[in-house]
Order: sequence, then structure tokens, then C-alpha cells
Amino acid sequence: MSTHYTDTAPYPRADVSPPSGSLFPHKHLLGIWNMDPTSIKHLLDTAEKYVDQNRQSHKTSPICAGLTQINLFFENSTRTLMSFEIAGKRLGMDTISMSTGSSSIKKGETLLDTADTLNAMHPDALVVRHADSGAVQLLSEKMDCAVLNAGDGRSEHPTQALLDALTIRRRKGQIHGQTIVISGDIAHSRVARSNIYLLSAMGARVRLVAPPTLLPTDIERLGVEVYHRMDEGLEGADVVMMLRLQQERMQGAFLPSLREYYRFWGLTSEKLKYAKDDVLVMHPGPMNRGVEIASDIADDLDKSAIREQVEMGVAVRMACLDVLTSHLRQEKKA
Amino acid sequence: MTTAFINARLMDPASNMDTLGTLIAENEHITAVGPDITVPDGAEVIDCKKRILCPGLIDMRVHAVDVDAALAGGVTTVILQPDQTTIIDSDPVVERIRGRSKDSTAFSVYPMGAATQGLKGEQLAEIGQMQQSGAVAFTDCRKPVSDSQIMRRLMEYAGYFNALIVQFPQDKSLAGDGIAHEGEIASRLGLAAIPAAAEAMQIDRDVRLAELTNARIHFSMLSSRDGVEAIRAAKKRGAKVTCSTAPHYLHLNENAVEGYRTFAKVSPPLRAEEDRLALIDGLADGTIDTLVSDHDPQSADVKRLPFGQATPGVVGLETMLALAMSTVHSGKVDLMTLLRSLTETPAELLNLDTGRLEVGRYADLAIFDPEKPWVIDADKLSSSAKNTPFDTLPVQGQVWRTIVGGKTLFNRET
Repeated sequence: MSTHYTDTAPYPRADVSPPSGSLFPHKHLLGIWNMDPTSIKHLLDTAEKYVDQNRQSHKTSPICAGLTQINLFFENSTRTLMSFEIAGKRLGMDTISMSTGSSSIKKGETLLDTADTLNAMHPDALVVRHADSGAVQLLSEKMDCAVLNAGDGRSEHPTQALLDALTIRRRKGQIHGQTIVISGDIAHSRVARSNIYLLSAMGARVRLVAPPTLLPTDIERLGVEVYHRMDEGLEGADVVMMLRLQQERMQGAFLPSLREYYRFWGLTSEKLKYAKDDVLVMHPGPMNRGVEIASDIADDLDKSAIREQVEMGVAVRMACLDVLTSHLRQEKKA
Repeated sequence: MTTAFINARLMDPASNMDTLGTLIAENEHITAVGPDITVPDGAEVIDCKKRILCPGLIDMRVHAVDVDAALAGGVTTVILQPDQTTIIDSDPVVERIRGRSKDSTAFSVYPMGAATQGLKGEQLAEIGQMQQSGAVAFTDCRKPVSDSQIMRRLMEYAGYFNALIVQFPQDKSLAGDGIAHEGEIASRLGLAAIPAAAEAMQIDRDVRLAELTNARIHFSMLSSRDGVEAIRAAKKRGAKVTCSTAPHYLHLNENAVEGYRTFAKVSPPLRAEEDRLALIDGLADGTIDTLVSDHDPQSADVKRLPFGQATPGVVGLETMLALAMSTVHSGKVDLMTLLRSLTETPAELLNLDTGRLEVGRYADLAIFDPEKPWVIDADKLSSSAKNTPFDTLPVQGQVWRTIVGGKTLFNRET
């Protein structure tokens, strides 16, 4: 393999500095789909510094003091919502969170009216999760501030992909050249889509392993290798990402039973033997032990990076908020 | 009152006439048509300047009566779908719509009745009574009649009245809650998808039932290559089957929903490029019999929503002819074939008294310039809503005048 290609510059075009001169020429963080390696690397590099900060006893650096962050969650979430809240607070932002139960969307208000209302309150960052694909993009069209996608339908979950990438980069040294397996319910997963875009953009070899019912049509056109058998898919893998299997997939005949799923696609020690010895096991959580992953693997600190992923999540979200509000702070200085 | 349309390129698909000449309309009817007609004294003379004069277009599928949009598009007869606020599933509703249409000298509106009560697909609707009141065909509109036994009985029963059943070709359970064409785009955007096979499967089943019951069946809104091939095979076997498609399927493919553009959300969904090309071929060789607009005005309120929640549908009456003309300009479809799909064929399928340039017929006419270039501007459409995916699209071919019962109701120059 040519030494010209490195983790940070997987393609020649990434060697050229972006025309705008900005390392992150985006107003919002809607998805990984339209991001180039330079932008991704910039976010990861920024996050790196927050990892160190988060491990100190004094964890806040109020660079965003005075800015307002609204977390608007139309779909239930605990870990992502908390992660964003902590991230904002550690940057000194005023953080407000709102979940579906308390919002007027249940009273029949349309998404764009909600956007209008929020916009009038002049937030500086809006974090949104929504059950419909494309909903966050639609909302961003009405907002003056930066909008961060915290997961929309089956479409994208960019901060999850970024925290996964940061975890891999720290454990493996680089993303480029790694063989990374994503296994589980790909069809309904926004995490899978964001990870496919990010990891392939950074030069990893991405494999998908799932039963045919859980794979979307023509997914191989995104530049991934598709497997149905775990032993074949795991052969020589550097990283294995397991996805959460939604229990309701048993309805609608996606799968016969959880027992059978575990037998063929659950990650067990026997199946993991096909991967490299130093394989890294990841899971975006929350886990179903004994469904997609065996407990002994999840708890194996040498192999499992699951807790580390959560830690990286806060750092990555701090980096995203930092980068997306940096223009506000520059204005202040001037 | 007598009107003479002189210097017109008379095109009548029914008689295969394509000649420069004159058409005389006296009161509501055509009294003379052909190349060597002398203009009677006292007639109002309209110089068509060699523009095409053809029968007024018949649109077999609209979801709202949008008269201004229809006239601006050269359409003089619309067939209203039964999925109205009050579902058209009984004779009083049919009578009310027909009555309103007869009162106004403007425009012909014929309703299609529901095939099953409440469009529920369970109990047959009162086909005989609705037919007597003026319903021209029977359909459950955007819902396919899924149950094979009910469909069989529906076709047998309708056959007795020689009533046309119009089926929406989409296998309901395979389509599920899909909203986009199953393929790369839907997979990437994370949208629930419908495979093209859902269309062909429904066609195949209903063709079998049509053969079993010796009934005729019409499939509305084909969207896929598999669908076109299924119809082609059925016609070859001699089944009494006809079908339609809409201009947006001839113009757009799945790429149009990229960026979650809800103005391109239609049912059935826009499919792959190969499907689009197969539909044009189908129109060219007569596999596809008629072209419909599927005109469905929707306000921005129900369109400016996340893709999954947005209401499907586009406005199409006004742009139908111009969009369809692109298939002629690109050399794919013969002009006479295209006009036939918009005039003679729907008139024949529905037993209407229009759709021909023939002495004694109603003078429902459209005059258009096939070459005239213009740019579609959503804000300037006459439709009651502006939900078109074709905003800013340059097209070629524009309606100049629309005449209903001998009277000019639309004139671009005024």
C-alpha cells in the first residue's frame, strides 16, 4: 500500500485545503453524507483535546459561556440527550432540554412552526432528534442557529459515527486500512448509515453482516461489502460494531425469534475467533445481552470499547458544539 | 352563434386526420371540419395560424375539480376520483356532481364511483345505480382492491353492467408503509420503500381474474418497467386490459426525492431511470393507453413536513400537455399517438361523447402551439395549489385556446 495515503488523508483530494479556508465549512451538523475527510478530521482532532479535559477534576472550560443550547428530542433517548447536555454544560453553555411529552408537537403543531417558535428565542445551537428521516434537515432550513442532528429516523446519527471513529482512532492509531464489521439491524439503523459514510470516507474497509431481511436494497452501492454469515464477515476483522436489535422487529416477520437471531448473528466468543486477535468490539448501546452480544464479550475490557464509546461521546459532542459556534466567539472578540 | 377556426392544423386521432383546414362550430356542436370548408357569412373567424387544433383533452384522473388549471392545460373533461371529502360511493353523490357539471356551461366533470363501499375493499358499492346516475367507471382510487375473492366478484358484477373497473396496481401487503422506490436512494435516505415488483404482482393477479371473469380492467398510474411488461404480455394474450401513466413518471425518477423533497412525493413512488424509459416506450408502442394528470392540489401545510408525514400528490392539469410533448420532441413518441392517449382512447374507454373532431360532436377543442417554449413557474400556475415538482423547468408546447361547447373559455392572449 502506498505510504502517500495516511489516516488523515485517505484520498488525494483531501490533501488540498478547502477552498473556503475553513476546516469545517458547514453551518449545521446534519449528517456525515456530505462531509469531506478534512471536516471529519477537524472534528476528531478537536474532540481529542476534550477527552483530556474530561478526565481532569476540573472539567469545564467556559468558552461558550453566554450561548444558549436547546436539546429538542421528539423521540425518547437517555444517553444521547444526557451526553449533549453534559457536553454543553462543560463548555459553559446555558442548556435547556425538551422531550416530546412536554412539547406542543403533540398538540398538533407542525415541525416548521416549532422551528419558528424556537428561532424567535435566539438559541445558538439546537440539537434535534426526530423519528422521521430528513426531519432535522427540514427544520434546519428555518433556523438561524447551528442545528445538530442527534438522530433522524433511519437516516443519520452523525455524532454517534464521530464518537465511534474517535474510539477506533485512539485504540487502533488510525482508521485508514482497518477492516470494520457492522452487524445487526442495518435496515432500520441511522447509526449504520452514518458509520458507513464516515468510515469509508476515512479509508476503512467496511463490511456489513446481517440476515437479508435486515439489509436495505442496493446497500452495496454505498461501497461496502455485504455478508450474511458471521464467520465469513468476521474473518480478519479489526473492529466489530454490533447494532442494537429492536425487539419489535420480531413483528412483521423480519426474524423468527431472538433465540434464533442469537444463534446465528449474536456475537459470541466462538464467532469472534474468526476476527483478528486484537479485535475491538463496539456497541452504540443500549445493549441486549444475549441477543446481539454475549455478556462475556461485552464485559471483556481488553476487547470491548463500549464504555469508552460513551466517554468519547461527550468529547465529540463538545467538539461539535465548539466548532459550530466558533464563528459567534470570533465575532465577540472582534 | 357560429365560430370558424381557420388556418388550423387539424389533428384528430380517431380518424387519423392531420391536415391544414377549418373547423366550424355552431352553437355547441361541430358542424364542419376539413381542409376545404367555406366560412359561412356572419361567423366569428379565429385564425389559428397553423397551430394544432385537436379535441379537448380528457383527463381520466383528477382528485379535485380545478377548472382554471384544466382550461389552461387544454383539458375540457375531467374524471373526478371518488376519494373526496364525501366519498363518491352512492348515486346521490354522483347525481350532485353530475348536476353541478350540467348546470355550468363551462366544463364537463364526470365522477368515477367507488368500487367498494367507503373505499374499504370489503363490500361492493352500488355500481348499477351509480352508473345510471352518471358515474363513468369504478375504482378504489389509491387503494387497491386486495382481496382476490372480492376483486373477482367485483369484476363479474361490473361485467353485467359493462362498467369499467379501474385498479390501482400495487400489492398492498408488499408495499406496506413504503413511501419511496426500493433502491439505492431510499436505502441511503432511510425511507421505507416499495419494490417495483409490487406493481407487476397486482397486475398479474388482476389480469388472471379478468381472464377468469371475461371482464375488462384498467390499471391506473403505471410507474415501473415490470408493470409495463406485465401489461404488454397480458395484451398479447388477448386480455381486455388497458392502463395509464402520468407525466411525472415520464419526466422524473427516484433522484427527485433526494434531499427529502416532498414535492416529488407521489403514489406510486417515482422509480428508477430504467422504469422511466420503459414507460416512455410503453406510451410509444401503445402498451400504455392513456395519460392522466393525477391532479391533486395540496397546500404547503401538508407538503412542508418531514418526508414520511407529507401528503403525496402533485398538481398536473396545466402542465400535462407540455410535459408530455417532451416525449414527442425527443423523437420517442409519435404526436398522433400522444394525442390519442389524451382524447380518443379515454373517450372510448368511458363512453364519452367527446374526444373526436367529428360533425355532430360537442365542440370541445384545444388549440396549441407544439413548438412554443416556456418555463414552468409554480407561482404563476392557475391551480388552486402550487405543489408541482416542475418549478423552473423549461418545456416546449403551450396551449393557446381552450374551447368548450363552441365557446372560448381560455385564451392566452387576453
